[in-house]
Amino acid sequence: MSNPSFDYYAQQKHGHAHEHDHARDQHAAIETREGPPSEYEIMSRAMQELLEEKDLITADQVRQKMERFEEELPYRGSKVVARAWTDREFKQRLLEDGKAACAEMGIDLEADRLIAVENTPAVHNVIVCTLCSCYPRSLLGMPPTWYKSSNYRSRVVFEPRAVLKEFGTELAEDVTVRVHDSNADMRYLVIPMRPEGTDGWSEEQLSEILTRDTLVGVTTPGVPRK
Amino acid sequence: MTSASPPVAKPRYPSTYNPAPGHRFNVGDRIAIRRTFPPGHRRTPFYIRGKQGVIERICGAFANPEELAYGFDGEPKKVLYRVRFLQKHVWPDYNGPQHDTIDMEIFEHWLEPLPDTRN
Repeated sequence: MSNPSFDYYAQQKHGHAHEHDHARDQHAAIETREGPPSEYEIMSRAMQELLEEKDLITADQVRQKMERFEEELPYRGSKVVARAWTDREFKQRLLEDGKAACAEMGIDLEADRLIAVENTPAVHNVIVCTLCSCYPRSLLGMPPTWYKSSNYRSRVVFEPRAVLKEFGTELAEDVTVRVHDSNADMRYLVIPMRPEGTDGWSEEQLSEILTRDTLVGVTTPGVPRK
Repeated sequence: MTSASPPVAKPRYPSTYNPAPGHRFNVGDRIAIRRTFPPGHRRTPFYIRGKQGVIERICGAFANPEELAYGFDGEPKKVLYRVRFLQKHVWPDYNGPQHDTIDMEIFEHWLEPLPDTRN
């Protein structure tokens, strides 16, 4: 890399890295990617170190937050929609005000405002953010790589049916495809159609077929064949 | 030009988000997105500028992201709408049925009124 500011910072950092990194942070990240860190990675690490030095945050708090993103947040969306599938009045409240309905389940969306959109036999909804990668993180965790790719972001807005087909989702001509560009302050969650063969299922069973991709709208839930 | 009036549902519920006092447009109003290209951080995608759509819902009043992006406080807040567009209108060679739509959020200062052609 020939960026002079990068070289400067990398040298500075390397010079004193071993003085404290491992002693203080027993959760130091394992590098899996080849090559030098990007400028953004360096910036983010520098910021974290400064905040740690000023005793505003600890490395362990950062780690806990990251763990929560992976362990807890990705499963919230499925729980909310499983509730909507089994409780018609809850679904109505979810459609009216997504944030308030989630709060009923003890799920705090923090700054996110939520619009739930419902799939029906006549309408199929799919979510994208063409400007960046806005995503209902507080319900689905971190967005998958494909959601952030320029391929998905640029194509799903003007050829949604072709993109959906690549995900294995083919829709009849008489179904309206509604693309939702999540370009400002709202976040979106798709309520898929509950498939046949799930009568009497518990919310927990239902949440298992409500995968992340069904809640973004690129695919639809089905009952696994026995 | 393809008719730019996709159907929107009658507002079933009042918005419970941030209040939007003094909003200029209502659900069902036909509008055009301003075709203008100011520099800076804008939340109105290029592909929708100059296109016509219908107000789908009023989201409320939000701090103006075009100001927040540069460290200002985002005041006064701007009313945010969701606007529905017909894909055939947005992309003239759209390869899908007439009724497919794209919805997105647009701040009030990007909207211009259109004559109401509803029956």
